[in-house]
Amino acid sequence: MEQLFFFYFAAVIAVASVLVVALRNPIYSALSLLIMFFHVAGLYVSLRAEFLAAVQVIVYAGAILVLYLFVVMLLNLKQDDRYHRQWPVAGVVGLTLAVEAVMLTLLKGRAIPPAPANTNETVEGLGNTEALGDALYSTYLFPFEVASLILLVAMIGAIILAKKDIGGSEA
Amino acid sequence: MTIPVFYYLILSAVVFLTGLVGVLIRRNIIIILLSVELMLNATNINFVAFSQYFHNVAGQVFVFFALTIAAAEVAVGLAIIIALHRAKSSINVDEFQLLKW
Amino acid sequence: MTELSLRLAVSLAQIAAVMGVVMLTVMILTLAERKVLGWMQDRMGPMEVGPYGILQPIADGLKLFFKEDIVPAGANKFMFSLAPILAMVPALIGFAVIPFGPSNKFELFGITVEPFVISDINIGILYILAFASIGAYGIILGGWASNSKYSLLGGLRSAAQVISYELNVGLAIVGVLILAGSLSLVKITEAQSGGFWHWYVFALPAPQIFAFVVYVISAVAETNRVPFDLPEAESELVAGFFTEYSGMRFAFFFIAEYANMVLVSCVAAAMFLGGWNAPYPGTILEHVGLGQFAWAENIAWFTVKAYLFLFLFFWLRATLPRLRYDQLMKFGWKVMLPIALGNIVVTSIAVYLFPR
Repeated sequence: MEQLFFFYFAAVIAVASVLVVALRNPIYSALSLLIMFFHVAGLYVSLRAEFLAAVQVIVYAGAILVLYLFVVMLLNLKQDDRYHRQWPVAGVVGLTLAVEAVMLTLLKGRAIPPAPANTNETVEGLGNTEALGDALYSTYLFPFEVASLILLVAMIGAIILAKKDIGGSEA
Repeated sequence: MTIPVFYYLILSAVVFLTGLVGVLIRRNIIIILLSVELMLNATNINFVAFSQYFHNVAGQVFVFFALTIAAAEVAVGLAIIIALHRAKSSINVDEFQLLKW
Repeated sequence: MTELSLRLAVSLAQIAAVMGVVMLTVMILTLAERKVLGWMQDRMGPMEVGPYGILQPIADGLKLFFKEDIVPAGANKFMFSLAPILAMVPALIGFAVIPFGPSNKFELFGITVEPFVISDINIGILYILAFASIGAYGIILGGWASNSKYSLLGGLRSAAQVISYELNVGLAIVGVLILAGSLSLVKITEAQSGGFWHWYVFALPAPQIFAFVVYVISAVAETNRVPFDLPEAESELVAGFFTEYSGMRFAFFFIAEYANMVLVSCVAAAMFLGGWNAPYPGTILEHVGLGQFAWAENIAWFTVKAYLFLFLFFWLRATLPRLRYDQLMKFGWKVMLPIALGNIVVTSIAVYLFPR
């Protein structure tokens, strides 16, 4: 059962991500990315990370991808007629790395022991959301604050970049 | 019946490489940014898989931070795209080559 | 294996029942809206079909069903067909985690059945937020695929509006989540039992009355209802993103809008107004010794609360004029957002000072 779900999610994720890259119309690309995000969320649920699954859908699908679609429609993009001329290079690089990755995981991956003993913080027991919150606000408090700073900087940067006349008349 | 962790590694590698190839072969900046999202998601899958594997919640915390970075990236990236489109009314990467020699 | 299939059958039966009730509510709402508006504007509303026009929804449904299905020239046919489904599914899927009544359990052929709770997942409210955010796709894609500038503008407006106000919805309920200490709607509802002074709108140490107001306003905006119906402003955009839609596809958008209204009403009732809890401790039926029928009273209270919100939607529509787009955005970001954030700060401090 578990394997069935994994292979379903994995197959859809792989196909959808290839479609994101291969499709010519940006809207279709964005939609296949949407499908991929949903299946990644499903994968998270099967990995018992349901909070992350919800956040994945809310942030990626609900906010980030909507912004992409917004910009695609705002700019009224034409279809991408052909791929970049460096695609042979990309193919070589991608294929080499893919072979390498699969070989490494197949050679070394089987040697990974089944499941090590529980370390200090357990995912089980305490609910997933509580465990995550606990770690986030104790061990990772400083990175958390830095992340909020990054968001603030990104927000200001985005406004400055996208606004037409900064410092002109009353903005 | 649990899934061996290297299945997740292979899946994540495939998705990451798809994103990488996407960045290299597409000329539309928006698709390039979408490919970057693919790569971020590939790493997230890895983080969550290992979080489950080691029974340690730290991996999921990192996914949380990756999400934050992705949100910041998309805000700035799309703002840059809008600025570029305003300057050249095109978002084809080949047209932006002032810094190229 | 038989246990699994039995479980599946029970779940499917529950889903079918809830879908039926939601669809019925949507049908009632289409009539109720016109009747309420008529009553507020001193006229009769629909009177022709059946006594007092109560069969009007059926007539409307039949009309939409038999209308010609037009796909505009130059439209993207696939997206055009996909968009109404993308709008409707998220609106209906959210009902899966709403507790409609107390979690009475009974055994049926060896498996436990909770008739009024389809599923109690521990991220319940996040699940609803997640699918509510997907609803925007139907609107944007519908607007884009129609190949019409009115539709496109309506879709773009709605994208910006839904994203902005979703944030406020999310932040408004954080206060409740802090008080309840759980994301599960079942647990949140159960924590509010024992009289209306335990409802989170009024509950000490931090009454969520401001959060409640922010939630209601943002919910109205998120469902694209008057006074925030910019995406479908008749006077400027014909009908917004569904200008080009007709027949069943139009009906799908219509159902999605009303189902969304029902959904946000149910969430508001469950989060702020105690869900199926009566405003007095326990239930009357329990006091008179009919404890096994107490669920009926609880469900009645839930229905009353949900319909109260739906009435509020109609009331707002009859009362308020439409906002301008920049006013809408300013209101969302400069008024609602600070109030919601302030509420979170105050609630956290109150919970920290008076832990229960």
